[in-house]
This record gives sequence, structure tokens and C-alpha cells, in this order.
Amino acid sequence: MTNAKSLWLHAAVILLLFALNFLLPEYHRGIFSRVMVLAVFAMGYNLAFGYTGLLSLGHAMFFAAGLYGAGLTVYHLGWSIWPALGAGLLAGTLLALVVGFLALRTTGVAFMIVTLMFAQVFYLTTLYFTTYTRGEEGLVLPQAMRTLALPGASFSLTDPATRYMAALALLTIVLGLTLILVRSPYGRALIAIRENEERMRMLGYDVFANKLASVVISGLICAAAGAAYAVLFGYVGSGFASIQYSILPLLWVLLGGGATTLGPLIGTLFMFYIIDTASDYTTAYLLVVGLALILLILYFPKGIAGTVRERWLPWLP
Amino acid sequence: MAFGPYLLLATLEGLVTAAVLALMALGLSLVFGVMRVVNVAHGEFYMLGAVLAWWFASLVTGHPAIGFLLALVLSPLVVAAIAFVAERLVLSRLNYEPEATIVATIGLLYIIQQLALTFYGPEARPVQAPFDMRISLPWFGYSAYKLAVIAASILMMLATWFALTRTKIGLVMRATQYDRETAQAFGIPVGRVYAGVFALGAALAAVAAVLIVPIQQAHYLMGLDPLLLSFIVVIIGGLGSLRGTVVAAILIGLSDGIISMFFSPTLAKMLATLLVALVLVFRPQGLFGTVAR
Repeated sequence: MTNAKSLWLHAAVILLLFALNFLLPEYHRGIFSRVMVLAVFAMGYNLAFGYTGLLSLGHAMFFAAGLYGAGLTVYHLGWSIWPALGAGLLAGTLLALVVGFLALRTTGVAFMIVTLMFAQVFYLTTLYFTTYTRGEEGLVLPQAMRTLALPGASFSLTDPATRYMAALALLTIVLGLTLILVRSPYGRALIAIRENEERMRMLGYDVFANKLASVVISGLICAAAGAAYAVLFGYVGSGFASIQYSILPLLWVLLGGGATTLGPLIGTLFMFYIIDTASDYTTAYLLVVGLALILLILYFPKGIAGTVRERWLPWLP
Repeated sequence: MAFGPYLLLATLEGLVTAAVLALMALGLSLVFGVMRVVNVAHGEFYMLGAVLAWWFASLVTGHPAIGFLLALVLSPLVVAAIAFVAERLVLSRLNYEPEATIVATIGLLYIIQQLALTFYGPEARPVQAPFDMRISLPWFGYSAYKLAVIAASILMMLATWFALTRTKIGLVMRATQYDRETAQAFGIPVGRVYAGVFALGAALAAVAAVLIVPIQQAHYLMGLDPLLLSFIVVIIGGLGSLRGTVVAAILIGLSDGIISMFFSPTLAKMLATLLVALVLVFRPQGLFGTVAR
């Protein structure tokens, strides 16, 4: 029963987003496309932070690995979209495997600092190889290269409607994947590790392997978001590897609700519109981000979806 | 210039970096040691110290030393007051839970940074050094002020060490660090001690900033690099170990000065950060720390 309910809810969300493609004015459709891709980033982060309880401050490197993996192969090697996306995913997954293997030897505060530092090394690397990446200024992928070939047809990703649909497709896949994942025995094990690691170890679970798998899947999802961002919006720059992009997914997940499947999407959407509205009145949007972080952690630590689940809908996954 | 004098210059520059870094890292280490709070906003307290130093110095006319001394006294006080309020309003309500405080101090970082940008602006502005003297060495002249910075930093560290080990306040702080609950049972106002330590940590960062503004200009983004460097110093020195922090600051400051004089600074930073991350992975207690209780 609850299974069916949550499936219907997720299907309804996807359908609603599909319908919005035809209803939204151009400006807001553009924002929604971006939000959906970044929400995928937040969903990847949520798997590590929300479900497994790993507070990482370095997830920008996985996003940026996907971004550069796809962007550089398109720009310098002239790869078409599919292999470029594959390169992005591979780069993010491998990076997550190595970083996870090293960083998971630490816990708590040390884990946070280690991930922060690895991400900083990645950021500095993108600056160091500025001949290829053009550093902060970044690369703009030429429009002609951004065509997606599907059997029987090819689409230009520069067209707003195609871009919206491509973002929605990615969101649907990742949302479905996380839904399956967190309801599987493996997902339950991750939550149990978050709640009591010692007990899980005593029960005979390989905690390290489970956490590593969580970081790798999380990195894979973030890289998918990064790779999609590169080909959909055609811009690849060091800014996406900076500390700010490690903190933003944390903010989105906290706002939407950690350890909920829909929370990251809600949080990203809300934060985007809060900043968008605030920037009509003031240029000080970082102030809004800072205040939001403090107020959330003080008064609203479970986020929107988390509070809804606690008060009204206990079956929400 | 021959290699020898060149190395001497690099060493001197490294020592200046080390002096400032040691003060800042000491503040970070103190806050982490006593409160177990990772203060991500520490770099912004440093930045705030520098920006306020410029503001105080611009208020007075006359000899530059007056403005500088005014800044040296007032800027850390104001920063400490801000930190005190932030601790009481935010951190204490979070029960010092590590992850929640990290998120909250990130929020604090953005707020301070944005306010600095709004009210101070994006320009970099210098503060005039209190005295303008060059000590001429056989190979090159060297600013006497930079040597004074090293001396001032050593004095500040000795004062902190004295306060921690020889005074009642230090005793109370160490008792709180050692065992919070027992300290409370003995009537130590733990909450106020925490607020005081947080303010002291911020003040140390501000002092470091006031000392550096005559050399580097005050800018609203100047906090990030020193924050990462102090993280590195605190980790290498062993989280919570004050002696380790000072040794590590000298080590990092010197190698930073020497490496960035001979190699690309980006590459140097990259390798140093990677190295430190690996130290933390394989020796979580730091190079000088002992295994945590």
C-alpha cells in the first residue's frame, strides 16, 4: 500500500514537471532545466550525506569531474555527446572510488576536512592546467557540437524544449534509481550505518565496503549531473570545482530535507527562487545563503520534506 | 643575487608567513581543542580584522603609528565581540554538535563575507605600517616592520601560552577541555568558557590580520587561503595540540615561502594540500599529536 502511494507520488511529480514544459514561460522554463540538473547533483550528495551520514565538503570535485570529463572530450577531442557523457561518468566514478577509498579511513570532522582538501586539490588542478581548461574563465562548447544523436533522429541541445526534456529524463532516471536504492536492503544498511555504525559492524556488515559503495554511487550521480550540465548549458569552468559548489548541494539537501528522495529537488528549486527573488532587491545573495544555512540548522534541521514526513506523511521515502 | 642570499630572503618571507599563520592557527586550534568545533568562519574573522583595521586606521590622522596601534587594539576587540555574540546566538543553541556547527559556521562565513563586500566594497586597501625603516643587509634591504611582525607574533604566542598554563582562566579552560561534565559539576560556567574561547580564537585571527595588512592589503576575499592553510597547520600539528600547531606553522610557513619562491605557487599549493590530506588519512592524530582519547 505505502509502496504504491510513494510510486504514485513520484510519478505525479515527474508528470507535473513534464506538463510544466508546455505551461511555463520561457524564463522559468530555463530556470527549471537548470534546477533539474542541479537537483540531480543534490540527489547524489544526499545519498552520501542524508542516507549514509557522511558529511562531505568536497562533492564539487565529482560534479566537476563529470563536467570536465564531458566538456574537455567534446571541446578538445571533438567527441560526440554519448561517448563524452560516458567519459564524464567514468571520470567521476573513478575519482569517487579513489577519494572514497582514502577519505573513508577517517570519520566525522576529519572526513569533512579531507574531502574539502581533495576537492581543493582538484580545483587547483583545473587552474594549473589552464592551457586546456582556461581556468576560471572556462570554455564555451560550440553549439554545433551539442547535438544528441538518438536512433532515428538527432536533437540540438541548444533548443530550450529539448534541453528541458533531456534534464527531465536525467532527473527521472536518477530519481527512480535512488527510490529503488533506498528501499532495497542495501539502502536500509546505509541508513543503519548512519544510525549506529558499531552495531552494524557487530552484526557482521562490512561497513567500509558499504560506505565506499555509497560514495561511489553518489559520485557517479554527481558526475552525471556535471556531464549533463556541460553538454546542456555548454559551459565548463573552474568555478564549478570551487568550495562554493561543495557547499551548495549541502544547502539544497538541508533545505529540502536530508534522507528523503524528493527533498533535494524541492530544496534546489526553493533555493533557486529564493536567490532569484532576493537578487531583484539586493545583490547580496550570499547573505541569503548564509542566513538560510544558519536558520535551517537552528530551527528546521529536517528540512521541508523531512518535516512533512515527520508530521503528516510517515510513508514518504 | 646568488643562491645563498636568495634562500635567506625566502626564509625571511617564510618566517613572516609562519608568524601570522601561527597566530591564526592557534585560534583555530584553541576553538577546536576546547569546544570540539571546527570553525569554518575563522578565515572571515581574519578578514574582518583586516577590514576593521583599515577602517580604524582611516579614522585618525597624523602619524601612521597612531592609526595602526588603534587598529591593533580595537579591531580584535570588535571581532571578539562579534564572535561572542555569534557563539551565544547560534553555536550554543546547537549543543556544539560537530556537523551542525560546521553548517552554521559556513553560514556565518557567507554572512560576514557578504557584509564586508556590501559595506567595505570589492577594493583592496592597505594600512600604512607604523614605521618605515629598512634594515640593510649586505645583499638586500629588508623591511624592519616584517621583522617586528615576527617578534609581535612570538610575544602574542608566549602571552597565550602563559594565560593557558599559568592563570586561573587558563586552568578553567583546560578543565573544560579535559572533561566538560566534571568541569560543570565543579561549578565552572562551561557555556561562558566556550563563548570566551570562541571570542579569543577570533581575536587571535584578527590580531594576525592587523599585523599583516601593512604588508598585504585588506580585501573581502582574503580569508579563504589562510583558512585552508590554518586547517593544514592544525592538522599537521595534531588537532588540539597547541605546541604542535606552532611547530607546524613554522614548518608550513617556511616551506610555503621557499617553495613558492622557486616553483609555481599553484603547483606548490596543490602538492601541499594533497600531502596534508594524505597525512590526515594515514596519521589522523597529526605528526605531533597523540591518539585521541
